[in-house]
Amino acid sequence: MVTARRSGYTVTVPVDYRNAIIDDRPLNNPFGTRICCAADLLLLRKLLLSRWSRVAYVVFPVLVAVPAWAEDWGMGAANRQIARGAVFSPASTPASAIATLAWFALAITAAIFVTVGGLLMYSVVRFRTRPGDDQREPPQLYGSNPIEFAWTAIPLLIVFVLVLATIRTIYDVQAAVEPPDAIHVRVIGHQWWWEFQYPDLGIVTANELHVPLSDPAHPTPTWIELESADVAHSFWVPRLGGKTDLIPNRINTMWIDPHQAGVYLGQCAEFCGTEHAMMLIRVIVEPRPIFDQWVAAQRLTAVAQDAVAHGRQVFQANACSSCHTVRGTSAHGTYGPDLTHLMSRLTVGSGVATNTPEHLKIWVRDPARMKPGVLMPAMNLSANDLDDVVAWMVTLK
Amino acid sequence: MAGTIDDRITLGAQSSDQVPEVALPLLATLHEWVITVDHKKLGLMYIGGGLIFFLVAGLQAATMRLQLAVPDAGIVSPQVFNRLLTLHGTAMVFLVGMPILIGFFNYLVPLMIGARDLAFPRLNAFGFWLWFFGALLLYFSYIGGGGMEGAGSAPAVGWFAYAPMTETPFSRGHSTDYWILSILLASVGSTATAINLIATTFSMRCPGMTLNKMPVLVWLAVVDAGLMLVALPPLAAAQIMLLLDRYLGAHFFDTQAGGSALLWQHFFWIFGHPEVYVLVIPAFAFASEIIPVFSRKVIFGYEVMVAASCAIGFISLGVWAHHMFTVGLTPAGNAFFVTSTMLVGIPTGIKIFNWVGTMWGGSIRLRTPMLFSIAFLFQFLIAGLTGIMLGVAPFDWQLSDTYFVVAHFHYVLIGGILFMIFAAIYYWFPKATGRMLDERLGQWHFWIFLAGFHLTFDTLHFAGLAGMPRRIYTYQPGRGLEFPNLIASIGVIFQAVGMIILVFNIIRSLTSGKVAGKDPWDAWTLEWSTASPPPEYNFEDLPKVHSRRPLWDLKHPEDPDWKYE
Amino acid sequence: MSSTEPLMMDARAGTVAPPPVPDPWVLPLRGRVGMIALIATESAFFTIFVTAYVFYIGKSLTPPYPRDVLSYPLFNTVCLLSSSATIALASRALRAGLTRRFAILWFITLALGVAFLIGTGLEWHRLIYHAGLTIRTNLFGTTYYTLVGLHATHVTVGALAIALVMTLTWAGAVTPEHAERIELLSWYWHFVDAVWIVVFLTVYVIGVR
Repeated sequence: MVTARRSGYTVTVPVDYRNAIIDDRPLNNPFGTRICCAADLLLLRKLLLSRWSRVAYVVFPVLVAVPAWAEDWGMGAANRQIARGAVFSPASTPASAIATLAWFALAITAAIFVTVGGLLMYSVVRFRTRPGDDQREPPQLYGSNPIEFAWTAIPLLIVFVLVLATIRTIYDVQAAVEPPDAIHVRVIGHQWWWEFQYPDLGIVTANELHVPLSDPAHPTPTWIELESADVAHSFWVPRLGGKTDLIPNRINTMWIDPHQAGVYLGQCAEFCGTEHAMMLIRVIVEPRPIFDQWVAAQRLTAVAQDAVAHGRQVFQANACSSCHTVRGTSAHGTYGPDLTHLMSRLTVGSGVATNTPEHLKIWVRDPARMKPGVLMPAMNLSANDLDDVVAWMVTLK
Repeated sequence: MAGTIDDRITLGAQSSDQVPEVALPLLATLHEWVITVDHKKLGLMYIGGGLIFFLVAGLQAATMRLQLAVPDAGIVSPQVFNRLLTLHGTAMVFLVGMPILIGFFNYLVPLMIGARDLAFPRLNAFGFWLWFFGALLLYFSYIGGGGMEGAGSAPAVGWFAYAPMTETPFSRGHSTDYWILSILLASVGSTATAINLIATTFSMRCPGMTLNKMPVLVWLAVVDAGLMLVALPPLAAAQIMLLLDRYLGAHFFDTQAGGSALLWQHFFWIFGHPEVYVLVIPAFAFASEIIPVFSRKVIFGYEVMVAASCAIGFISLGVWAHHMFTVGLTPAGNAFFVTSTMLVGIPTGIKIFNWVGTMWGGSIRLRTPMLFSIAFLFQFLIAGLTGIMLGVAPFDWQLSDTYFVVAHFHYVLIGGILFMIFAAIYYWFPKATGRMLDERLGQWHFWIFLAGFHLTFDTLHFAGLAGMPRRIYTYQPGRGLEFPNLIASIGVIFQAVGMIILVFNIIRSLTSGKVAGKDPWDAWTLEWSTASPPPEYNFEDLPKVHSRRPLWDLKHPEDPDWKYE
Repeated sequence: MSSTEPLMMDARAGTVAPPPVPDPWVLPLRGRVGMIALIATESAFFTIFVTAYVFYIGKSLTPPYPRDVLSYPLFNTVCLLSSSATIALASRALRAGLTRRFAILWFITLALGVAFLIGTGLEWHRLIYHAGLTIRTNLFGTTYYTLVGLHATHVTVGALAIALVMTLTWAGAVTPEHAERIELLSWYWHFVDAVWIVVFLTVYVIGVR
């Protein structure tokens, strides 16, 4: 391949043709660009102070600020109690493995960016035309085999290293062997709530997953099987692991082993319809004794209390029982969440509101007010029935 | 002034200015445009149509960003938001990206190879009108999507329309059907144009222009067309299967009958990944023409650029499942797609290096087309690097379906493709209209749009890392998402202002822009040898070429390219 | 600028001549390139349907299953494959100027193509009304009717084009000048034939295992 021609040579065209498109304002800044001269700054000032701009200065903040007083059903405060951090605050082995690999990838890509970006920046600054340059064409360089080889071989090497590191982490996470004392959870995704079954422990709950704390020395991970009752969903709790999809007619598996007790936020990460945004997850990690206590409490059936008997009757007589299960009553529906221990949860409606009697009442009266498009219809109960049924629900601890 | 050079460089039309035409009545002009088979008019119609849908889909995006500026905004309902996001994505890919890029190729390829039109002019017109009616059909869904049950409106299934959400039980009314049919129509049109481009480049080059002497843009047009030929059918096939499911009770994606939701994903992404290369290759093509001219140097490594482009086209057919790292493929399957994804980054990187190599040692003129091209290089570099991060499958298990991915692909689509579309507009507008776009307004457009683009999309990377998935109509306070979202929404304002400046510039320059002449940029490919705008027959005499830069040979007869190629 | 060489542009130019341009300047015929491109894209299209068919082999949840209801469509296959032979002969005849032979062979091609379509129709009638297999019965029905139907649609389009040419031939409008276009149409027909071989193997051989 030919290398550089050393001859610069004069152009055989009239100079005024060469300048045909250069407009008459002088190049007056180091970048050789044509803005930021005084005329431009005056124009900018005129635009920023114009009538339309002043209208915008008022309208836009109002447009943005007004919704800031919107109702968040207590979730802002609830969320603020949870430690911040996501992808780079891992609290579980899969998440840590991913974070380590991610830092490695970031380091490599940052180095590439600095190198190539730096060369690009340099070439722009160093080789730009300046006022007073002659109009000679620069030496024409057609290519260079050694250079092409070098900048093919080096990326190949980088890619090779990165691929090896990646494949190792893939196998570490995906091909991990399930230890004998793992907790099993079966997650079933619905439009727009999560069903959590613990087949070995005989309990069913919804939206909030309790798992035991795992000691790195003697791990007790939780192995999760993911299925879907309708469309594709994705289970994602960033601090505990990468996301895995829930696909109908398919069983996927993942595992987590949280090292730190606390509450972890997650949400559905595969567009699944109207309320995909509000299909939230809370994972509550607790030390083993407390987890066992929770399991024991969940196993109990609902206790019948006379004070709220009417509320229970309302629940059983209306369509509620065709969608919900409350063990200890005649309600055995499976279309909606199991409510046997509703009050043991922090939130209502898969994370859309804090679990208080007021919010429960609003939910039962008109769920679409909190979660527009939700599949639970407004129950159209009389005010009395509504109060009674909520009073009963509040006893489902 | 524009006429002085013509005696010395006479390749095409003898006169530099168009013979002034008698002003035709409006109806006759419209009729002329409707029945035209001229590649130049069709190219401009594609670009104009694409720009109109760009404004529509852009407004949809602005609405979404307004909703997401603060938590629990409540400006639009989730149903409306989900329609906005579906139509924004679908329109931007099929009604903006494809037509604008096809339009540029339509316009430029015959001019650059010294031909009078594409190989099949009537097929060209057929393709355009198919696209046009497909485009109208998509937005008609707002009216017609309800069907007899009144149950639907515009589609709200996301632009990749995963099954089984698109099956009848989950997608009532006709919204999904509009999505299917409009894209089917449009893709048949695009396939027709792809066939046309390939036949043109192989069969209609002017004497002397061997394949080895074609401009890089034409090579990339061939690669692009080849990709379209192979990548569009899988989508059409999957959509026909979906249509059969919805109307004839077939079970392709009916999970209750044993069908597979994953099959849709595979077919969609077998289309979808090459599709994004179909969209970005034209940006490479524009860069390969603009950067040399504004660096005053021949492109560095022509053969390598061509080979890398072919490699990209080929490898891109084997990376699709990197969009499916989270669906539970086997570790070996994931490993394969990690490898192929990383491999496709190598020829892409080589191209970036070659562009920098073109600028190196040159005499860089920082005019508007070059400013956009330099920004393209930076931004495409970043986009490629975030793409590499996403190709690291375990990292993708965190980042997939989050705003990190949204930021990545907007970096490619806007930071890469749209910036080069802007560059191409500023560069070829003089050729198409005979007038220059205003340079000062162009620079205003550039800097303001640049600021807005970075405000929005740099911050959205962090929103994704903070745990924000995509396609959510709102988010709750207290999760650290408020700040990046507010900044991102403010960036939209700057981008809108930049667009307004561009539109104003175009409209004003059409009538009162500086007269351009044949070759305002002192460029080297054949389109600059004919009048601006070119006559309908393109060249008075078909040119004969001896090198990759015919006009360079004419301008520098003592040192022509063919001595060195 | 077909006649002026760069040498003449500037008296100061060097005297080395540019590499000569081949004369005559021959490029592939655009019709052929276009038809090859069309065949490529259609191949990609059929590949997806064949992939779906193969993927769903053995996955039907309910009967009827392929081995219960399918029988080799030998007559159809013979018709279609021999129509490829006749169309090739017809094309060659036209190119050689033998218009009458061309017309006869062309008609036989059309007849064989239509026979294939009728045979497919009869097969479907049997499957629907006697075997109880429809597109919505199970995954086998879905993929079978889609794949075979898609192929039959392409045969129909080809047959319509052939019928159009037949009509023009009978009107005396087809001459040896049109041999190139007839050749391109025959390429399409050969493609449809090749696809049938793939469909046959997939549905009636592999799918029945």
